[in-house]
Amino acid sequence: MDSITTSTLCIGGIGLVSAAALAIADKFLTVPEDPRLAKVLELLPGANCGGCGFAGCADYAKAMVLKGVETNLCAPAGSASAKAIAVLLGLDAGRNPERRVALVLCCGDFTEAVRRSKYNGIAECAAAQAVAGGDKGCTYGCLGYASCVRVCPVQAIRLEKGIAQVNKHRCISCGKCVATCPRKLIKLVPYKAEIHVLCSNPEKGPVVKKVCGTGCIGCKMCAKLAPEAITMDGFLAKVDYTKELKNPELIVKCPGKCIRSA
Amino acid sequence: MEYFILLVSAILVNNFVLSRFLGICPFLGVSKSISTAMGMSGAVIFVITIASAVTWALQKFLLEPWHLEKFLQTLAFILVIAALVQLIDIVMKRFAPPLHAALGIYLPLITTNCAVLGVAVINMKDGNGFLKSVLFGFAAAVGFAFALLIFTGLREKIDRADPPRCFKGVAISLVTAGLLSLAFMGFSGLVK
Repeated sequence: MDSITTSTLCIGGIGLVSAAALAIADKFLTVPEDPRLAKVLELLPGANCGGCGFAGCADYAKAMVLKGVETNLCAPAGSASAKAIAVLLGLDAGRNPERRVALVLCCGDFTEAVRRSKYNGIAECAAAQAVAGGDKGCTYGCLGYASCVRVCPVQAIRLEKGIAQVNKHRCISCGKCVATCPRKLIKLVPYKAEIHVLCSNPEKGPVVKKVCGTGCIGCKMCAKLAPEAITMDGFLAKVDYTKELKNPELIVKCPGKCIRSA
Repeated sequence: MEYFILLVSAILVNNFVLSRFLGICPFLGVSKSISTAMGMSGAVIFVITIASAVTWALQKFLLEPWHLEKFLQTLAFILVIAALVQLIDIVMKRFAPPLHAALGIYLPLITTNCAVLGVAVINMKDGNGFLKSVLFGFAAAVGFAFALLIFTGLREKIDRADPPRCFKGVAISLVTAGLLSLAFMGFSGLVK
């Protein structure tokens, strides 16, 4: 036999044998999958943000199909698809939580807040915080090293004038930024809420004034104007998001300029 | 002793990535986080070890008797390795789901990787016996895993550092890879 014939036979034979082996393996060894799994996965957003507490959308879908875990844990998918999944699996959709979004409770950007030192280390908030409590004069405010920006799965956060800002229309409330912020500045607030106290510094007025031009000085003016929705926690005003706050004049009246709409 | 020298030589002196220049693609592509690098390393060790056994048999019992090893080697090896990996993928999914969950997504990535093919071809060129082939394959893969894990550790650190702007991203990664290769030059002369 000449080499053309042998090589054709050889490669053809190998191909044929492996194709047959694969076909047989595929026929007899495939793992049957629950057909509902693919359908549930289709209803999930596929962002793999982990906000539900499972390792990605596929893992959560598996937990719902096999273990009957509640269908409303996925904030990005929203209540409509929670209901659709519940119908598909014959489960109870449960309560429909209100849409919430992340909010950075600080507005001390670089034009307002004082830096007390120069930090040249690793560009990561937790690292900056570890070096003598951070380089920002205010030890409660946003450090601006963008750890939350990097961790956000939908790019809803960006730095503006050195502080993090959340685009609430893009936020899927997965809670990753909340867990990442070393100063615990980011909170999940109702999407509908429009007026916020953007400061987390609980110190007295003069102390705050020294480090930041837009901090809450604890004057209690807002608590007097809207006593039902704003409470004082020491020297820091806090919005009670369970109540409705309808005092847009607070934004202009706040002497600390830290009550803002977002 | 001979086998020990083979191990040291394949892992450190003639490291596949850093001295032989093979398997650069996964070395740069899958080195962003330690967990994926571990999965990739496991898959590479698994595939290369099995592939070197199978290609040895292929060479010995099919290509050599028919005098095809001169020109058909590459084609035959690629074909067999690709089919084999696919088969392992199916079998593993059925009989070892945890292993499949750990290695599954990396297996198809390295079916026709040059490191896998490189091991097979070098084995044949050196005329290694069966045991030696398998051991060389295993050692080469461990060397790859070794280099990949070191590099990934470095890259994770570099990601958090603040290099000059023109170095950011790929540039600093390639510089790091070069320095790492330079460091591995220190092993040359350890084994002839």
